Amino acid sequence: MSRLAAGGRVDRTRPIRFSFDDMPYRGYEGDTLASALLANEVRVIARSVTYGRPRGVFSAGIEEPNALVQVGDDTMLRATQVELVDGLEATGLNGRGRLSSEPDTGRYDKLYAHCEVLVIGGGRAGITAALEASQSGDRVILVDEQAELGGRLLGAAWNDWLETSLATLRSRPDARLLTRATAFGYYDQNLVLIAERRGGGGRLWQIRAKRIVLATGAHERPLIFANNDRPGIMLAGAARTYVNRYGVAPGKRAVIFTNNDSTDLVAADLTRAGIIVEAIVDVRAGQAIVDTSGDEEGLRSVVIRSLTGGDSTREIDCDLLCVSGGFNPTLHLFSQAQGRLRYDEGLACFVPDAALPNVDVVGAAAGDLGGRGQGTIMPYWVVPSDGREWSTHFVDLERDVTVADVRRALGTGMQSVEHVKRFTTIGTGSDQGKTAGINETAIVAAQLGQPVDAVGVTTFRPPYVPVSFGLMAGRNRGDLFDPIRVTAIHPWHAAHGAVFENVGQWKRPWYFPRHDEDMDAAVRRECRAARESVAVTDASTLGKIDIQGPDVVEFLNRMYTNAFHTLKVGSCRYALMCQADGMVFDDGVVMHLGPDHWLATTTTGAASAVLDWMEEWLQTEWTDLRVRLTSVTEQWADVAVVGPRSREVVAKLFPKLAVDAQNFPFMAIREGETSGIPVRLHRITFSGELAYELWTPSWYGLALWEAVMAAGGPLGITPYGTETMLVLRAEKGYIICGQETDGSVTPQDLGMSWIVSKKKSFIGQRSHSRSGAARSDRKHLVGLLPVDGDQLLPEGAQLVLQPDGAVPVKMVGHVTSSYRSATLGRTFALAMLRSGRERFGTTVYAPLNGHIIAATVTEPIFYDKENSRRDS
Amino acid sequence: MGEPHPHPDHLWRNPQPKRSYEVVIVGAGGHGLATAYYLAKNHGIRDVAVLERGWLAGGNMARNTTVIRSNYLWDESAAIYEHSLKLWEHLSEELDYDILFSQRGVLNLVHSQGDRRDGMRRVNANRLNGIDAEWLTAAEVKAFCPIVNISPDVRYPVIGGTLQRRGGIAKHDYVAWAFARKADEMGVDLIQNCEVSGFDLDGGRLGGVHTNRGLIAANKVALCAAGHSTMLADMIGLDLPIQSHPLQALVSELLEPILNCVVMSNVVHVYVSQAHKGELVMGAGIDPYNSYAQRGSPHVIEDQLAAACELFPIFSRAHVLRTWAGIVDVSPDASPILGLTPIENLFINCGWGTGGFKATPGAGWVYAHTIAHGAPHPLNVPFALERFTTGALIDEHGAAGVAH
Amino acid sequence: MLIPCPWCGDREDIEFTYGGPGDVAYPADPEAADDPTWARFLFFRPNPKGRLAERWVHTAGCRRWFNLVRDTVTHTITPA
Repeated sequence: MSRLAAGGRVDRTRPIRFSFDDMPYRGYEGDTLASALLANEVRVIARSVTYGRPRGVFSAGIEEPNALVQVGDDTMLRATQVELVDGLEATGLNGRGRLSSEPDTGRYDKLYAHCEVLVIGGGRAGITAALEASQSGDRVILVDEQAELGGRLLGAAWNDWLETSLATLRSRPDARLLTRATAFGYYDQNLVLIAERRGGGGRLWQIRAKRIVLATGAHERPLIFANNDRPGIMLAGAARTYVNRYGVAPGKRAVIFTNNDSTDLVAADLTRAGIIVEAIVDVRAGQAIVDTSGDEEGLRSVVIRSLTGGDSTREIDCDLLCVSGGFNPTLHLFSQAQGRLRYDEGLACFVPDAALPNVDVVGAAAGDLGGRGQGTIMPYWVVPSDGREWSTHFVDLERDVTVADVRRALGTGMQSVEHVKRFTTIGTGSDQGKTAGINETAIVAAQLGQPVDAVGVTTFRPPYVPVSFGLMAGRNRGDLFDPIRVTAIHPWHAAHGAVFENVGQWKRPWYFPRHDEDMDAAVRRECRAARESVAVTDASTLGKIDIQGPDVVEFLNRMYTNAFHTLKVGSCRYALMCQADGMVFDDGVVMHLGPDHWLATTTTGAASAVLDWMEEWLQTEWTDLRVRLTSVTEQWADVAVVGPRSREVVAKLFPKLAVDAQNFPFMAIREGETSGIPVRLHRITFSGELAYELWTPSWYGLALWEAVMAAGGPLGITPYGTETMLVLRAEKGYIICGQETDGSVTPQDLGMSWIVSKKKSFIGQRSHSRSGAARSDRKHLVGLLPVDGDQLLPEGAQLVLQPDGAVPVKMVGHVTSSYRSATLGRTFALAMLRSGRERFGTTVYAPLNGHIIAATVTEPIFYDKENSRRDS
Repeated sequence: MGEPHPHPDHLWRNPQPKRSYEVVIVGAGGHGLATAYYLAKNHGIRDVAVLERGWLAGGNMARNTTVIRSNYLWDESAAIYEHSLKLWEHLSEELDYDILFSQRGVLNLVHSQGDRRDGMRRVNANRLNGIDAEWLTAAEVKAFCPIVNISPDVRYPVIGGTLQRRGGIAKHDYVAWAFARKADEMGVDLIQNCEVSGFDLDGGRLGGVHTNRGLIAANKVALCAAGHSTMLADMIGLDLPIQSHPLQALVSELLEPILNCVVMSNVVHVYVSQAHKGELVMGAGIDPYNSYAQRGSPHVIEDQLAAACELFPIFSRAHVLRTWAGIVDVSPDASPILGLTPIENLFINCGWGTGGFKATPGAGWVYAHTIAHGAPHPLNVPFALERFTTGALIDEHGAAGVAH
Repeated sequence: MLIPCPWCGDREDIEFTYGGPGDVAYPADPEAADDPTWARFLFFRPNPKGRLAERWVHTAGCRRWFNLVRDTVTHTITPA
């Protein structure tokens, strides 16, 4: 075992059992999977993605490129970040994740916070910044990706400063400390997204801070040489961290390869732990590692040569090679915040260039590498190989990309580091090239003979670390994916077996099957009831806009194609609305309720769009009009009582109301009360039958429905849903906006010139006279009767003039609505057809998959053309 | 396991721009490079420069989600995208470069009756235009793409879908490099780090472009700069009805093969595929505000990931690796603008919005024709700039609004 | 992006609906406009890379329309 006899922050009183690749092992609480595996001398974690080379632990943290593991159902985790828990089962992954089909029952919550100061990074610099900021009583949030605050200090020799600082910080009531929380995305104006790991799920924080302090530290980068990827080769600082923090010796015989002073501390701590440091190979002293050798278990020896001439090499046996090429300030978030970087020759790394407003960078992230002990660094990137062979000089370990690949990219003529990235895939792994990116730049710069600054780095984008889909989705799953809207009468529908359909966010009854009825049978029965006796439907989802003010008539006249100055109080009128491009937008009914008090209905789906449209005109163009709009869609329940016997039901419910045709004519509005329920009655019909829409405040909606059902019971009153509603209106040729229309249809196309005023201006009017709108071959609304009255045209069927044309066939229209009609005893359809009004009586064809349906073109009305039933 | 992708050893020269060319194309994205290729190949016009202000194909061509299909509703759209698809089918061979074109099928999921009507309308129109299209029931959707959740108990259940089997994906960068290499081989100059700052108008005649590398004279100038089209057009007083918006996209880490086709949903809004290498590639809608920042708001990403998890519960544990955004030029009818401008010898190709990648070879083909002949190819006649005046829009937004 | 609603203060962009470039008045006499002029009003709007005068409405808040100027590259906002 490589566990040191003493030392580290692991709790040796709490042993943990775990397995890796089906082998059982032991570790301690406080171990990561990586530290525990190293303690158990498991050196090969996985195989590389392209070449299948054995790979081991390379780092001690978030920048790990090699040790990718599956832990239970979770995939592509870094063993260096997986906290060891009892019973953990893990396997190595060869560069690709494996998605478990077990449902993810994790709880993923989203939290939002504001603060004066957000400190990202809980190492020395971050804790210092948080202490300072929290003195004033400002709200301070400090986040750190690790389970414990302290950053690099945790991998150093023990430090009292850390303990006392944290105690102070915790005592400040307005300071909040989040651990296991990785800030991964910076968005405009100091919005930061943070992924907090929690057992059984996680939290996505969105924090908006007045000021951000980036104390994100620096990642060590390696030097590059031949066969630099064997298990046992790791970042020098990581080796030190395993010794100091985890009490693990990552090897027995070590060599250190460096170009800077930080490795002095590494050598000292390894030696103190009993690891034999065979040699320190320092490029500043003209020495470099030119190759390594090993086997399936990893590193066995290194080959050292002088850089200053001479062919002689020496080989040293070792099982641990600690490499340090210097440190890269971690500036991903800074860059995401549009901060620019510049290359510092002295430090041999990229540092922040100009400051950003409201974002400070401190500590190692700002280039203060004293804490890392970088000291005097000699910029150095790649050790040339003996045979000028570059294909084992790995630049990006996770993506298995070598210097040979980079040279190849540049050899094609590519000169941009972005091209090289895409050609080689450097930096596209799940480690996002944290130990590779700058090296790529340096190699490209050297090859092109350009300064490093000129080459630059590839753009940093969120997320800084991989974030699970589930965490980003949060609770917006299942029923919470989108709000469910239901009417006040919904419980009755549900209790009476309604089958529902989604109409936007609403759940609307589609049909009410009885016994074993399928939809066809239910709809036939419902239609018959509506046409022959009495039926009832819940129309509460219709948009309703209350419109008040002295200038309402002028407003309505401008908004709709038809005019309203003649509409008396207590009356309603069908209304059509166009967009500025002249295309039909929506329809509804406008009601004149009282002096300066109107109400407009809209289709269910367009309710908010129409209200927004109206508000836009009032607020931005017609600011002189004194009109006020209020959405009352949800405030009113609408129970539509429909059919030749509907009058009897209404009479029963409202005995004081004169309901004969003379006293309550078509399109009139009356008020009444039934069983204490206040009701406004409107003689509106969408079915073409005698019908009454009964409106009551939603509070009474269910009670009204039940009262209607009770009153209509003896008459066999039949509830019906949206499918029947569609059939009934189609038999009358009434359009559905969004079904007969699709944003490219004018009122004239629909044969509705009668509703387009010639006497006043309205929105869309000008577009009706565009040359495109005047073309004679525009599509018109027509009816279709299949020649075989039993054949049902599918909605969406395309129409052609010749039945047997070879593909491509010229299409002349399409079927918009199509039903079997109980009333007509046959099938029928509505369609949009080129020059449709000139084709009445002719035959068109709908070619389908394997057969053709022929249909006769008719006027788009099939029932009660004289409107005698409607007006009765 | 195995080998990295076999790229050719040579892709392009980095020549100094000449003083003048027969044709200058502004924008070395997918369309610009394809146009240069077809100018040389189809029309023998090789005295061409493609000017790129950044690194070649570093705009939307480097940022898109690589969906290829031709199942558009209107005849005019279907024709041009289908022409493009037919070119895709032989492109690797023609360009002698494996662009990882995979006709794995594009599945559009349907979740409501309104959706179904629109889907059927499109399927029927496709079929009659000779484009492959099928309607699938929910069970057939599941059989075609086993990881889709067709449970009736979710918020917006899948009730069916439309399938274009010949649709699929390709590797965007390789497509760009393949066109670039062939064009370069045929003598086209690809000039990077060359930004157009103005137009040379000598007495009203277009003479060339001013760039940060000097004046480059040209007999014909073809604009091909996607989200930056307005910037260029403003320099020469040309009005374009486009608005530039961010379109965000994302990839996951590499995963073992799990998704065998492209899946798109308008209602549970997301589209996703799995690339050859193994990453999931995903996108949804534009950010609603105008922007050239190549970044958008995080809630757009949150929403599409929620949609992805709804449709594919197995994705919950996949990780977002990288998010980015392009600058898409959205036109009023969601259809491109490709053809002549009121300025003689100035040509425009823009307005492809969120759908330009699939048109890469097709757009290049017809744009080359348009430039070579000074007149549109039959396939881009309907996409003229004039249509906004006549009102003959080709509205591919789909049905407006929801019924009843 | 934080949008400064003149009535409610800075709020997240998700609370708003974008109204596109502003300063485009509905023509006073549409009937007098010829087809090209009418088309310009319907379909053509500024699309600058830089400062843009635009409209927003606070849909999930006070529901009032307002103008502001935003840089389409840096997203920096100045009230109109």
